[in-house]
Amino acid sequence: MMNGYTILFYLLAALTLSCGIMSIATRHIFRAAIYLLFTLIGIAGLYFWLSYEFIAAVQIVVYVGGIVVLIIFSIFLTQQAGEKLTKQKLDRKLWSALAVFCGFALTILQIAQYQFPLSNNPATVTVRRIGEKMMSMDAGGYALPFEIISMLLLAAMVGCIVIALRSKPEVK
Amino acid sequence: MEPGLYHILFISTALFFIGVFGFLTRRNLITMLMSIELILNSVNLNFIAFNKYVWPEKMDGLFFTIFIIAIAAAEAAVAIAIIINLYRNNQSIDVNNAEELKY
Repeated sequence: MMNGYTILFYLLAALTLSCGIMSIATRHIFRAAIYLLFTLIGIAGLYFWLSYEFIAAVQIVVYVGGIVVLIIFSIFLTQQAGEKLTKQKLDRKLWSALAVFCGFALTILQIAQYQFPLSNNPATVTVRRIGEKMMSMDAGGYALPFEIISMLLLAAMVGCIVIALRSKPEVK
Repeated sequence: MEPGLYHILFISTALFFIGVFGFLTRRNLITMLMSIELILNSVNLNFIAFNKYVWPEKMDGLFFTIFIIAIAAAEAAVAIAIIINLYRNNQSIDVNNAEELKY
């Protein structure tokens, strides 16, 4: 029996996987970025489907609004218009496909054999609980990782500016 | 069949190996970065799925996802700074042309 919930899941899965495949298969780099965008939107939809609305919102804001825009800008800065990506050698593609297929089959077989201890409790994730736990300094709280991440972001910001800074030609 | 944990694990496994395939076959740095984003997203999806279906009363998977998203943003920014710098020095972002350190 297919209800709307199930159909929605399969639609989101098809969107995510087909756009993911297109994103690595197309030879136009700009189209690859747009397919990546739709893959990320599909994953955000899956988070909504799993009723983790906060993560879905974070996914859309950070990935779709931040990282993909950054990637598109860097494509504009580094690619000539209308230029296709170079074609890869067939044997490299074949060996990669073989390795990927073997890894995929192995992982799927392992997953299918393992019995996960499934729980039937409904998930109760409210933004209030997330915020309280994020700032909690008790056991199981995430105050320390939060501070470390903020330091990491600061370091990344300063590092980006230093790396991308145009150095002046040296006077000899 | 009602979709559950195993369906989501299938999607994330497929997405992970799509990303690995892209990483192995692409030779342009920006597209390799895109493949890494796919891999990170599949890991996030795994964390969220396990959090929902195995330990719904805890929130550890959710926090790992939040931190991975933050680290992915920092990583993408640094990677793009490096790519732009490489383009400025090399006029190309193909990894086959970035061989200054090789010899």
